[in-house]
Amino acid sequence: MIKLKVPISEQDIRKLKVGDEVLLSGTIVTARDQAHKLMIEEKPDFIREYLKESVIYHCGPIVKKNDDGSWSFVSAGPTTSIREEPYQADVICEYNVRGVIGKGGMREKTLEGLKKCGAVYFHAVGGAGTLIANSVKKVKTVFKLEEFGSPEAFWVIEVEDFPVIVTMDSHGNSLHEKILEQSGKTAEELIK
Amino acid sequence: MDLKQSFVELLRRAATDLSPDVENALKQAHDREEDGSPAKAVFRTILENVRLAREQSTPMCQDTGSLIFYIDLPVGEKEEYYINIIKEAAEEATKKQYLRPNAVNPITGKNSGNNVGINAPYFHFHQWDKGEVRVRLMLKGGGSENVGTQYKLPYGPVHAGRDLAGVRKVIIDAVYKAQGLGCAPGTLGIGIGGDRVTSYALSKEQFFRKLGDRNPDKEIAEFELSLKDDLNKLNIGPMGFGGKTTVLDVFVGYQHRHPATFYVAISYMCWAFRRKTMTIKNGEVYYD
Ligand code: SF4
Repeated sequence: MIKLKVPISEQDIRKLKVGDEVLLSGTIVTARDQAHKLMIEEKPDFIREYLKESVIYHCGPIVKKNDDGSWSFVSAGPTTSIREEPYQADVICEYNVRGVIGKGGMREKTLEGLKKCGAVYFHAVGGAGTLIANSVKKVKTVFKLEEFGSPEAFWVIEVEDFPVIVTMDSHGNSLHEKILEQSGKTAEELIK
Repeated sequence: MDLKQSFVELLRRAATDLSPDVENALKQAHDREEDGSPAKAVFRTILENVRLAREQSTPMCQDTGSLIFYIDLPVGEKEEYYINIIKEAAEEATKKQYLRPNAVNPITGKNSGNNVGINAPYFHFHQWDKGEVRVRLMLKGGGSENVGTQYKLPYGPVHAGRDLAGVRKVIIDAVYKAQGLGCAPGTLGIGIGGDRVTSYALSKEQFFRKLGDRNPDKEIAEFELSLKDDLNKLNIGPMGFGGKTTVLDVFVGYQHRHPATFYVAISYMCWAFRRKTMTIKNGEVYYD
């Protein structure tokens, strides 16, 4: 088990390899479809400082507003990452992001981006909404809440020991590709 | 008895309290994986998450799914009455954060904010001879729904003909294509025969069976077991990380088809296999 704290240096991220179990701590940002589209089309600066050497989390959380006006995460598992495939590599390089957390993995374009700009893909456990919400210690701020709605907003959160597994590293390796290939061979044999 | 609150409670239980048959199957799957493997880590996280959700009464998964109700009514009871109360209960359960707002208007893109909309929740009503009302609820997550699919046999790419051997081939194909995307390990509901609509309907209804339950038709029971074996050989594993459990179970149902058609519908249920039953009898409410 590797403990990593945001901000993460390029050197440290390049040490990670597929299969590593990581506990992630520090300030990260949730972003999904509308946020990614915005980051490519308008390259807004408000999110720059939070993304630098940090991590993007593909997540549409259930969030509660407390009586004092602060926010808490109630349930916050990962959402399917592949929808961000057209944008991800460019977002990583543009904003100097060191990692993306999601589920289901991503494809060649992102894998290339991870290699080129020094980042990895962390897989969270899909559906583990309560457990991950418990590792969210604080909601620091939120952007585009009104415009995008709660699941699509940029939530800037502080996490502690967020459990993830590296499934795509910065050296061109992807666990998803490997499993796809192996299971494809087995499927062919079973179907024969 | 406050019927609306009873439905809020049904929704809360479905979202936060995983049924024992599913939890046990996940525990067994955990024990089967190698120590130190990513697969074992996934099962450990899932089980810890299930425990926390129950303890804290928070949704085990933030996608609390589409709300699908199957209601059996005694003769003379009005459907409208239940539809209205359940809509109010869904709204309240959303406010209480037992549910995420998951009803989006496909034309305007607007989320209704309370899980109520056109055909949301979705209701299947049946009349039956008993004097009690049975309400079965399924929360069907979007990620797992997206990997569900329907085949029309014959299906060339895997040489699947119009027989049980062909059905087997397309099911293997579907699970291979799904990889870990439906939050594997999944449970499959298979509907063989019927038309486009009824094959899917039959496949979904299988999810009310308990894990380990076998089709009363012996040939189909054996088919279910051998499919489960074959699919676990794919080694896709939890979340698609590789591992011994790709599916927790396979439930197959069949119905007569038109001579010209042969559909196979495959519904995929994620590990967060959420369904609960509530019975209303003599003014009392019971949950399974
Ligand atoms: S597929 Fe199931 S477990 Fe996974 S995110 Fe969707 S509802 Fe949750």
